[in-house]
Amino acid sequence: MSEKRISSDPEIGQGPLRSSSRLSGASARFPAGKDRIFSTELGSRGPESDRFGGASQKEIADEDARFVYIGDPARTNNRSAFAGNSIRTGKYNFFTFLPRNLFEQFHRVAYIYFLVIAILNQLPQLAVFSRQASIIPLAFVLLVTAVKDGYEDWRRHRADRIENNRSANVFSDGEFRPKLWKNVQVGEVIRVNSNETLPCDMVLLSTSDPTGVAYVQTINLDGESNLKTRYAKQETLSGDRFEGILRCEQPNRNIYGFHAAMEIQGKTVSLGAPNIVLRGCEIKNTAWIVGVAVYAGRETKVMLNSSGAPSKRSRLETKMNRETVLLSFLLLLLCSIVTLLAGFWLKTHKGELNLAPFFRKRDFSGEEEKDFNYDGIGAEIGYRFLMSVIVFQIMIPISLYISMELVRLGQAYFMIQDKNLYDEASQSRFQCRALNINEDLGQIKYVFSDKTGTLTQNKMEFQCASITGSDYQAASSDLEDCFVRVGGQVWRPKMKVRVNPELLRLLRSGEGEERRQAYDFFLALATCNTIVPIVVDTLEENSKLIDYQGESPDEQALVYAAASYGFVLVERTSGHIVVDILGRRQRFDILGLHEFDSDRKRMSVIVGCPNKAVKLFAKGADNAMLGVLEETLDPWIVQKTKDHLLAYSSLGLRTLVVGVRELTEVQFREWKSGYERASMALFGRSKALRAVAVNIETQLRILGASGIEDKLQEGVPEAIESLRDAGIKVWVLTGDKQETAISIGFSCKLLTPSMTQIVINSHSKEACRRSLQEAFAMTRKHGQESLALVIDGTSLVHILETELEEELFKVATACNVVLCCRVAPLQKAGIVSLIKSRTDDMTLSIGDGANDVSMIQMADVGIGVSGQEGRQAVMASDFAIGQFRFLVPLLLVHGHWNYQRMAYMILYNFYRNAVYVFVVFWYTIYTAFSLSTAISEWSAVLYSIIYTALPTIVVGILDKDLSRKTLLKYPQLYGAGQRDESYDLNGFFLTMADTIWQSAAIFFIPYLAYRHSAIDGSSVGDLWILGVVILVNFHLALDVFRWNWITHASIWGCIVATWVCVIVIDSLPFLPGYWAIFQVMGTSVFWLCLLGILVMGLIPRFTVKSFRGYLAPSDIIIGRELEKFGGGATGEGGHL
Amino acid sequence: MMNSADGGGAAAASTSAANGSADGSGPRRNSKRPKYSRFTQQELPACKPILTPQWVISAFAIVTVIFIPIGVASLLASRDVVEVIFRYDSDCVPERFSGNKLSYIQNANISKTCTRTLMVPKRMKNPVYVYYQLDNFYQNHRRYVKSRNDYQLRDPSKANDTSGCDPEDSSGGQPIVPCGLIAWSLFNDTYRFSVGSRNVEVNKKGISWKSDRDSKFGNNVFPRNFQSGKLIGGAKLNESIPLSEQEDLIVWMRTAALPTFRKLYGKIEVDLLANQTITVTIENNYNTYEFGGKKKLVLSTATWLGGKNDFLGLAYLTVGGLCFFLAAAFTVVYLIKPRKLGDPSYLSWNRNPGGH
Repeated sequence: MSEKRISSDPEIGQGPLRSSSRLSGASARFPAGKDRIFSTELGSRGPESDRFGGASQKEIADEDARFVYIGDPARTNNRSAFAGNSIRTGKYNFFTFLPRNLFEQFHRVAYIYFLVIAILNQLPQLAVFSRQASIIPLAFVLLVTAVKDGYEDWRRHRADRIENNRSANVFSDGEFRPKLWKNVQVGEVIRVNSNETLPCDMVLLSTSDPTGVAYVQTINLDGESNLKTRYAKQETLSGDRFEGILRCEQPNRNIYGFHAAMEIQGKTVSLGAPNIVLRGCEIKNTAWIVGVAVYAGRETKVMLNSSGAPSKRSRLETKMNRETVLLSFLLLLLCSIVTLLAGFWLKTHKGELNLAPFFRKRDFSGEEEKDFNYDGIGAEIGYRFLMSVIVFQIMIPISLYISMELVRLGQAYFMIQDKNLYDEASQSRFQCRALNINEDLGQIKYVFSDKTGTLTQNKMEFQCASITGSDYQAASSDLEDCFVRVGGQVWRPKMKVRVNPELLRLLRSGEGEERRQAYDFFLALATCNTIVPIVVDTLEENSKLIDYQGESPDEQALVYAAASYGFVLVERTSGHIVVDILGRRQRFDILGLHEFDSDRKRMSVIVGCPNKAVKLFAKGADNAMLGVLEETLDPWIVQKTKDHLLAYSSLGLRTLVVGVRELTEVQFREWKSGYERASMALFGRSKALRAVAVNIETQLRILGASGIEDKLQEGVPEAIESLRDAGIKVWVLTGDKQETAISIGFSCKLLTPSMTQIVINSHSKEACRRSLQEAFAMTRKHGQESLALVIDGTSLVHILETELEEELFKVATACNVVLCCRVAPLQKAGIVSLIKSRTDDMTLSIGDGANDVSMIQMADVGIGVSGQEGRQAVMASDFAIGQFRFLVPLLLVHGHWNYQRMAYMILYNFYRNAVYVFVVFWYTIYTAFSLSTAISEWSAVLYSIIYTALPTIVVGILDKDLSRKTLLKYPQLYGAGQRDESYDLNGFFLTMADTIWQSAAIFFIPYLAYRHSAIDGSSVGDLWILGVVILVNFHLALDVFRWNWITHASIWGCIVATWVCVIVIDSLPFLPGYWAIFQVMGTSVFWLCLLGILVMGLIPRFTVKSFRGYLAPSDIIIGRELEKFGGGATGEGGHL
Repeated sequence: MMNSADGGGAAAASTSAANGSADGSGPRRNSKRPKYSRFTQQELPACKPILTPQWVISAFAIVTVIFIPIGVASLLASRDVVEVIFRYDSDCVPERFSGNKLSYIQNANISKTCTRTLMVPKRMKNPVYVYYQLDNFYQNHRRYVKSRNDYQLRDPSKANDTSGCDPEDSSGGQPIVPCGLIAWSLFNDTYRFSVGSRNVEVNKKGISWKSDRDSKFGNNVFPRNFQSGKLIGGAKLNESIPLSEQEDLIVWMRTAALPTFRKLYGKIEVDLLANQTITVTIENNYNTYEFGGKKKLVLSTATWLGGKNDFLGLAYLTVGGLCFFLAAAFTVVYLIKPRKLGDPSYLSWNRNPGGH
């Protein structure tokens, strides 16, 4: 749907299509109709892009086709029933919920681990925990997940029910009758009125417009709010009888393509994307439409596209998985030690075991004497190993995966709620589409940015025009009031444009050739477009506003500009347009329209003027237009215009060249026959149309050129500076011309005058190689000086995916700034992968348009700017923001926090679980390696679920090492994440060493204190579990940066809750530990042990932390000190 | 930055707030704006502790100040305890059986009585606790510690509930009460004390936890079928006394945490004088010879800290000393290498500009 946007935008057009095919290794396709953008960009990207690019433009073979008999659903569904229109996005129903949800949950390895452990525990030889206790961890996670899934599904069901029970007008027995959406079938003819939503995908048959035009709004489909034009075929317009056979492709996800043929009244009509309207869209500005349902229910394109964002795995999680493997080895090591020692013990005590009261191998109770519960030493060892796995199971922190999901949810909530990420102008909030890479935002080293719409506003404003070699700058600051009188009413264009008074005077009262040229120039601007004027009521009765709706901001700008100069586009139907020219209403017939394509990079219309003259107006990118000009006509003007073009683009303006050709009767006839033939063609229609266009778009006379300003977004220079200070390399990848790109580069402070620019524009591989070698030599020479690399798409064709990539990588990484201009969408992805495949550095792509989708998907983190250019970028992204400048708080503040929080949480969870395992392990040594635990099994089970779960989640969501102000003031603090400071292998091993010390403190202090005493197992077990929980929570407390009441409540509350749980467990008289906690709490040794555990356990950590913080403070510590003592301005209140 | 009221009122308010370009759909969509609160902006009032030198030194000093007195007190308390330990497992085996202690202990026909004398080193104030100490007896072994049924112990109607008790669950088809290995192996050595010819009474009441007597062992549950199997593990129980009054059993069933443990045998409620000679008559019945376990008789007084154990005192003194040292070390560091807190020149990019 965005092809019009592109049609006058040089950005995409510049990309040589050859390069896209090179990159993908597949042949680029040129599909007919409106889907070309996506097909060329994504259609060849392999499986990943399958969500959009399924449409094949080959002739549909019969076996691949779906036959729809118009108005005859019975026959349509006869051979093979197509999906009904009832939708079910809910996954489960009442009966399938349990089995299906369980099945899906067990797709996760973590849950399988739980399950295997639980099953092992059910074997009588291995029963470590009682049956109930062993099920708890698994049941808990399953329950939490099932409740979450169930709630979501219930909401989907409710939405489905509402959707399914909406009413549609379906044709049957000669009239349209209401029918529920869910009962609509493929083949039925449906009538939809203005502002109603389409119930299914339908091919247009007729509309209220006599020429068969219908306008649809696709906001529900892709979020674009502008109107799109759809057409009913001429052949079906008149009928009130609906018959015919439609042969269309099988349902696919490509919302921008459709391919079908319709046999009607013996004729075969070919259909494309302009002829289909999709479920979820709304009919606008058209009283009614009638169409035939071709895809219904789950086969509609919107339903096929309703899958979520692609799931990525964060870098931290990848690293964490590595450490999880290490922990698995540790687990196996502990188990092996226990098993070995147990075997050794069994062997040395072999003779004693028969009658030793605590083993009692012999069973005398039966008739004959036999071994009791003993299958020989080998089996014993085997059991012991499996039992030790069960006992030490939480060494693998499975609950961590669930905690991480919760933490990310919380972090996402705060990012969404952040008022600093809310775009006031577009009223768009921050969107968190991918829920599992929050922490990656804190580790970015490369930002790849689109220019148009990302760095700039993509709100085009007409700035200057070059007409017949004269340069007219919009100078006057006052806005000319222009209006059109329509039957007593005054219509005004919605937006006013600054005009050049001289040019205005020339148009109004000028004379001669110059005026004629200017007249044609603006007529071209007003006609050569696909803008639809929509008349909007205002508060005043007699005054209305004309809102120019279109898919390209450039075209809108041009039409508004034309209107300001008195060429007001008033009405558009498919056959004609009405333009109010300097107060006189004139009607122009649109005889033909050659849409933009990326080969020609221009569009043209053939207009029948009121004076019967036939003119071709064309506009397009300068290099695409200058080639088809009749230069001999006025070489001086052409030369002058070229100079102006250069001047415009160096100001950062987007330029277009406008040309005209008057067609003779013969030329027109010739063209017309060719055009009609091509339009009717079943095969290669778009190719044929293109050929017709190329044929006629020659010998143009130059009218002039326009310069459109795309203003920089607010705060972009500051944002880029901040990012650069943060050590992030910002690369700009744009489809714009080199001059425009460089000038924008300067205005957004990406480039500075002190930088040395290395420019590579080469047309062959050899030349590229040479340039790169020279450039590399330069990077060597300029040790300290900052360098900027400017490279264009043509050179990249020769470099990407060849051995030169390596050279480019070396040069590019040595430069401070890289600017790629005139790059095709796939080249953008190629550049991202250039970095991604060669370094470990995290990459981020940010863009707003369809042309950025590939790079957004390629980068580690993809960010969509929800701006003017539609929603494809947002739909493909992981996060969506409203403005480029939000990238700074997003990365520097939230990214930093998220990374630091998540990194700490992972280490802490490793520690937390391991410390418990080690305590249990130490005890095993004193139980003849029989793996009994003093800690009650309920405490063991609740340890990671209740005793210690909440504080780490709360801290993971809320803790902030530094305040927002400090992080923004010192962007360099972001380096902590880039250098993996919060989480690396060193940190992991240090934490593990600390873990072993702390577990030793927890175990051995009570052990030594109670040695040779009358202490019972349950009492000391209670002491151990309380010791673990208290120490682990104090450990967390020691590391918390910011204490608000929630943190306090969760940490201290957790200790209290544990104590309460232990008391409750010990109040159950049927458990062996009955009343132990009360007994032991009555002794002073208990309290001295607890205090001893707490202090001894934390001394090493505290000492290292305090000495290191003082002697070798990290930037973060200095930052925190600055916040507290540095003038007090950066603090956020609160006191010690 | 407060948003206008939510709900219906917001529609009217927001239209005026929306800047001119907002078209028709404005009012409804304006509610997308995040509600501002200190919570949602993550700006709740918070305390931000920083490890300043003052704090670090104070922390270490506080630990020193608290731990050293506690350590001293603990050590003194431990030193106050008078303890008499007498190992008798091999001593009480007659010379001729020393090569085969098992045959001695398993032979029911040999008298197991064994009389020895103990010297009280210091005056022992009453109550003097009498413990037996077993070494190398894994009361915490998985096979053992689970071999009991707590339901059966407190409820007479659940006598048949012997799950988990095998191989000591039933005998001759009848359930054993109390079942399981723990009860089966009940310790059955007995001690009698006399000073000169005067008998020293050992009070065996109240040696178990009150909670166990009240709630865990039923006062209407009587031993049944106990020690009637082929293999006698230990003491027999008087079938006419309810479990709640079988205190030796109750004590025994509180399984020990560690393989070397003491269990309270009784209390001597008279003072024992220094250099007094106590004659102890031991019935050496319990078979620890099977697995090489040791048996000891322990007489001990108690303080606020419990029995004799120097560890806590020493540990507290050590930690206190260590923290004193650390406080001193940090002070020295602080004086030798003073650093102004919050000095931006310490930031890494200020220390070595240009480098990353």
